[in-house]
Amino acid sequence: MEQLLILLIFLPLAGALVTAFTGNAAKYVALVSGLLSLAVGLIITAQFVPDARTQFEVNVPWIADLGIHFHAGIDGISLITILLTNVLVPIIILAAFKHDYPKPQSFFALILFMQAGLLVVFTALDAFLFYIGWEAALIPIYFICAIWGGKDRIKVNMKFFVYTIAGSLFMLLGIIYLYLQNPADNFEIQAFYQLNLDAEQQGWIFWAFFIAFAIKMPVFPFHTWQPDTYTEAPAAGTMLLSGIMLKMGVYGVIRWLLPIAPLGLNDWGSTVMVLSVIGVVYASLIAFTQRNAKRLVAYSSIAHVGMIAAGIFALNAQGMQGAIFQMLSHGINVVGLFFVLDIIFSRMKTNTIAELGGIAKTAPKLAIAFLIIVLGSVALPGTNGFVGEFLLLTGIYQYNIWAVVFAGLSVIFGAVYLFRMYQQIMLGETNTLTAGFRDIQGSEQLVLVIICVLVIALGVYPKPFLHLSEASVQQLLEQVNQKLTSVK
Amino acid sequence: MNIIITIVVTALAVLYAGLFKAKKALLPLTLIGLVTALAFAVTAWDTNIVYYGMMEMDNFAIAFSSLIILGTIFIFLLTQNYFSEHSENVAEYYTLILFALSGMVIILSYTNMSMLFIGIEIMSVALYILAGIRKKDFASNEASLKYFLMGAFSTGFLLFGIALIYGATGSFSLDAINKYLIGNHQSVSPLFYPGMILIMVGLCFKLGAAPFHFWTPDVYEGSPSLITAFMSTVVKTAGFAAFLRLFGGTFAPLHDFWMPPLLAIVFITLFIGNVTALFQKNFKRMLAYSSISHAGYLLFSLVTLTGNSSSNVIVYAAAYTFASIIAFAVLILVKQKTGGDGFESYNGLAKRNPFVALALTISMLSLAGIPLTAGFIGKYVMFLNVMTEYHIYLVAFAILNALIGFYYYLKVIVAMYFKEGPEVELNTPVQYKLVLILSVIITLVLGVYPAVILNLI
Repeated sequence: MEQLLILLIFLPLAGALVTAFTGNAAKYVALVSGLLSLAVGLIITAQFVPDARTQFEVNVPWIADLGIHFHAGIDGISLITILLTNVLVPIIILAAFKHDYPKPQSFFALILFMQAGLLVVFTALDAFLFYIGWEAALIPIYFICAIWGGKDRIKVNMKFFVYTIAGSLFMLLGIIYLYLQNPADNFEIQAFYQLNLDAEQQGWIFWAFFIAFAIKMPVFPFHTWQPDTYTEAPAAGTMLLSGIMLKMGVYGVIRWLLPIAPLGLNDWGSTVMVLSVIGVVYASLIAFTQRNAKRLVAYSSIAHVGMIAAGIFALNAQGMQGAIFQMLSHGINVVGLFFVLDIIFSRMKTNTIAELGGIAKTAPKLAIAFLIIVLGSVALPGTNGFVGEFLLLTGIYQYNIWAVVFAGLSVIFGAVYLFRMYQQIMLGETNTLTAGFRDIQGSEQLVLVIICVLVIALGVYPKPFLHLSEASVQQLLEQVNQKLTSVK
Repeated sequence: MNIIITIVVTALAVLYAGLFKAKKALLPLTLIGLVTALAFAVTAWDTNIVYYGMMEMDNFAIAFSSLIILGTIFIFLLTQNYFSEHSENVAEYYTLILFALSGMVIILSYTNMSMLFIGIEIMSVALYILAGIRKKDFASNEASLKYFLMGAFSTGFLLFGIALIYGATGSFSLDAINKYLIGNHQSVSPLFYPGMILIMVGLCFKLGAAPFHFWTPDVYEGSPSLITAFMSTVVKTAGFAAFLRLFGGTFAPLHDFWMPPLLAIVFITLFIGNVTALFQKNFKRMLAYSSISHAGYLLFSLVTLTGNSSSNVIVYAAAYTFASIIAFAVLILVKQKTGGDGFESYNGLAKRNPFVALALTISMLSLAGIPLTAGFIGKYVMFLNVMTEYHIYLVAFAILNALIGFYYYLKVIVAMYFKEGPEVELNTPVQYKLVLILSVIITLVLGVYPAVILNLI
């Protein structure tokens, strides 16, 4: 059983190494590696027993002198994020097929290397391992964005890198602190859960972790790196960042922050709730005013993530389940949106909304796919977005009715600005620029079909996915609540 | 003792070989000598031989000797054609480096203050000359003179300190001094304290720790790059081990007294090193300032003296040494081709030299302390140690400094990969490739599986 987990983590790494030495065939090798990883992910899903236990556990000493173990395992929450990663990576690779990136072998190798880092993050049960994965995912994406990005890439990515690494260094400080408090002298997550820290210590731990996670997601007011980075990154980089990487932050909150520092949450939960809701409203309002479609989607992503964060900090089953499901659907939708914008950009050399228009006339297939993805993003019933947002709103409602009033606005705002964007880009009269728009074909078509099928399938029948994480979420919440009540 | 004898005999043999114009034999001869010395070092493990109360080859000394000998081997591999461009008398330079190395082995293993002094002098005198080997170059002469004056000055401090301690305890022997401290814990002679502080100042001069660092940038920049590499890696490591041997061992009973001034030195060193490195436009000068900040991180191990201090120092020193050797090797290659040390000389380097660029990237990531490289483990064990003593503010401060470090180490990566430049192709000789590959492997292995070196001593 545990071999599967080893395979899951090391397959992308091996794939990255092979890809790095293949030259022009790199994209095919990378795709094969991505598909194999997906296959491993699906086998794991098939063998997974949907209860609260951690399965496929691997635990070997790594740096024994320092109490560091290679300890990883999969429970329902991890499984969702693993599936998300392994579904999206081949899609992102396929989406990059039409681009002629210089040095493709490095490009695709970095994507696979990042995948390995992400999978470590999503499975780690040892805090040190988690930290290593956390950083290992950052380095490749930094290079992807900074080498193959737009013209402002150097400045923008420096900000991104320094911002995120600043956050993670404070997390490292928190991890070391927890290790020193731990009488067992190790980084085991279960041991960290059991520590008896007082409220003040937990408050510090809470912030040390929260800032790292909040920067990654990003939650207001730690979001300032995000729109620029998304805009300047190459399409694949934007998809990786928005589709998978921000889920590292969400996952970190669920897996590490809540169970380790519930008292910190008790003291500061309302603060971060307010921040999350402010983020939702603020990002939505800014999204309204964007002229560049890529920036618009970037801001809409901040709004969506704010909602996910609010759902988690509401600390109830609906909010948490909604957050986990929304991670999955947001990942798929946002990758879809960025891919469509990339297709448009590669043909029109612009993403400025006002310069486009009437594309639906010449590209009906693209128009349909784009519409389905937009519908998913605005959470129309029957799409994947609806399931997540509905659960999230239910969860937030139980926490505070005012929070849900404001957070709910984002759904309405989202519908308005995304539809407006769709309308201005796709509908209306064609202009001189868009008249010669070619419809999608080949790999583009394949990617969009897969995404659309996922959007609808998850929306119509979300139950198996919700079921996967249900028991784990239940157990996690019990654990947190138990700690909270034992103090009161 | 075998180690020192081997090194010195090699040095003399090289000198004679030079006399007979056997130019081709110089490098192989040196390498054979050094590998033999390394073999002696490794086989002496766990033997703990004491030489007449003057030196002791304990595991601490052996581990550090092996590290500096290995570092020196790497630096010799980089000398191909390097000195012959500057002068006819290559053999002398080889000999001087070897003499410096023998001095360093002495200061790693001394058990007597007089040996510390002798070792430092053997090492320093050779280095003064090496700094000035470009006789017609103004900067090189300036570096040599500055280094000499500062070195002589700091040796004065050191000697004065040793004399005061002798006055207080009546002995040069570290053992006797330590016994004196333990025996008279309440009534240590007032001469002892200024003696200790003077020794600390003298050694901080040698290490280039702030506020005694003013010579470092000019000397490092003015000296030939290879000598700078030698000074900032091997020499620094040895000096640090000497420091640790004295303060971590002999003076440990007075930890409460000398820790606060040292803490102040650490703060200033980290801050000055990092902030000034941030504003450098020249890669070599940036490395010089960053080496000041690394001295600061290394001093961490003395702030909290725990059982792990020496193993932490060796991890950090190894990480720092091999990463710096990569950096200097690339620096030399780039300078040979473009004639410049500035960051702009690195623009677009990655396009034509993917391997060199990758090696330099790994080196920079290691110096910055990114996980999966040796530098991260080095910083991590240091932070961990300081945290155990609850100097949490010191760690927070160090983390802020690490953050500044990321910024300036990234600069060269940015230049290599993200900026456009003339597409020069470096000629990378085989030895350079070998050194780069080995250093990269060591950096990554120590980063992924540091258990091989952790808790060695």
